[in-house]
Amino acid sequence: MRQSNGYVILFTTIMTVVVGGLLSFTSQFLAPAQKKSIELDTKTQILGAVQELKEGDDILAMYKDRINSLTVDFEGNVVTTNAKGGAMVAEEVNILKNYKKAPKDRVYPVFMYMNEQDTTKIDAYILPLYGAGLWDKIWGFAAMDNNLETIVGVAFDHKAETPGLGARIKDADVRDRYVGKKIYNESGELMSVSMVKGEGNEGLTDHQVDGMSGATLTGKGVNAMMMQYLESYQAYFKKVKAGAAI
Amino acid sequence: MSTETLEQPIKKDSEALFSKRRKRIVSDPLNDDNPITVQVLGICSALAITIKMEPTLIMSIAVIFVIVFSNLIISLLRNLIPGRVRIIVQLAVVATLVTLVSEILKAYNYEMYKVLGAFVGLIITNCIVMGRLEAFAMGNKPYDSVLDGLGSGLGYSWIILAVAFFRELFGSGSLFDVKIYDWIASMTGFQLQTNGMMVDSIGAFMVLGIIIWVQRSKTGYVEH
Repeated sequence: MRQSNGYVILFTTIMTVVVGGLLSFTSQFLAPAQKKSIELDTKTQILGAVQELKEGDDILAMYKDRINSLTVDFEGNVVTTNAKGGAMVAEEVNILKNYKKAPKDRVYPVFMYMNEQDTTKIDAYILPLYGAGLWDKIWGFAAMDNNLETIVGVAFDHKAETPGLGARIKDADVRDRYVGKKIYNESGELMSVSMVKGEGNEGLTDHQVDGMSGATLTGKGVNAMMMQYLESYQAYFKKVKAGAAI
Repeated sequence: MSTETLEQPIKKDSEALFSKRRKRIVSDPLNDDNPITVQVLGICSALAITIKMEPTLIMSIAVIFVIVFSNLIISLLRNLIPGRVRIIVQLAVVATLVTLVSEILKAYNYEMYKVLGAFVGLIITNCIVMGRLEAFAMGNKPYDSVLDGLGSGLGYSWIILAVAFFRELFGSGSLFDVKIYDWIASMTGFQLQTNGMMVDSIGAFMVLGIIIWVQRSKTGYVEH
């Protein structure tokens, strides 16, 4: 009986229903907790670009206090509706999905870090970045001062860069190198900030930082990512500088 | 080989909870019949995730969980599973458990999920899990199968933890992300250099090879 076709079909049918049911139940049951983890992770990274975070900080409360967000398109216009017709929420923009589109078709979230005392004053603009490292994708956030000229902090993360080499983009000593660097030259041209080959370089300009020895290709990925995203935000930067109320 | 005696179902009803035979089910895979070093299974994951201690520990716990519960479930169902589709049934059980682990990590330890995401999925293809289901759980009682799963899981875990210990120490100069080399430098003023080869898969092969060598020179095990 255990070998008959009928029994095999019956057994596999029951198994499929039980397994499928269990998995969809788990997925439904855990969805809120997963959404929360992802939200916490994103907000930790955004805040991490402008300030050092400590273990036990209430990230969500800090985020609520200090960050205002909006979303713009390639021309620098504010986007208020998402693709499904609902309200656009900058935190929910999937940077990876947008990265796969052409730059002019993407939407670009902007996170504004507000002054602690005067909550109408913007201290920094935090922009998401996305690109390709040596082995897999890399991403991060760059924080610009309120003149949109100087970098006040960056946060990088990666999927599979080599530990001890390219994976160092996550480390504070590498990230700190970007602080105070300028993204424009004297004639106002966008230069971005790029990693050069090797460490301990002398005579670095305002647009250069030390690279990571042994991880030149990851550095190139970071440079390309910075340049591409800073370029894409130029229209928005111009509008802000012209005094547009956004 | 000791596996051959293990894999015969032994009919004895009133056996002590931790009889000699049952202790052997757990202890054999730790050394004499280790899934990695003797049976040479699960090498893939032993190379991929052992760069640092912390993900290795999480992976160990995940594998033990999956192997114990899949052994239990398959053993409970062993008289119901049709022989012709047994591999598919085993695969479905393992895949379900792995998906559960992955979903739970995603919900409650997102950091780890980001590090291990792809590898947790690959527990499905870890030959140790399927190997134990096919070789043991299909023919033994549930409690024995749980012990067998526990033994194999622990045997797998201690090896990958040992490999990760050396790889993280020599490759990154740290253990569980505590920077040992920097601490030594601050104490003695002597900065040790990390070895880049250890963060590569090559390092894992070498450490694993040395562990196998030491173990076999002690147990006298020879491959036939």
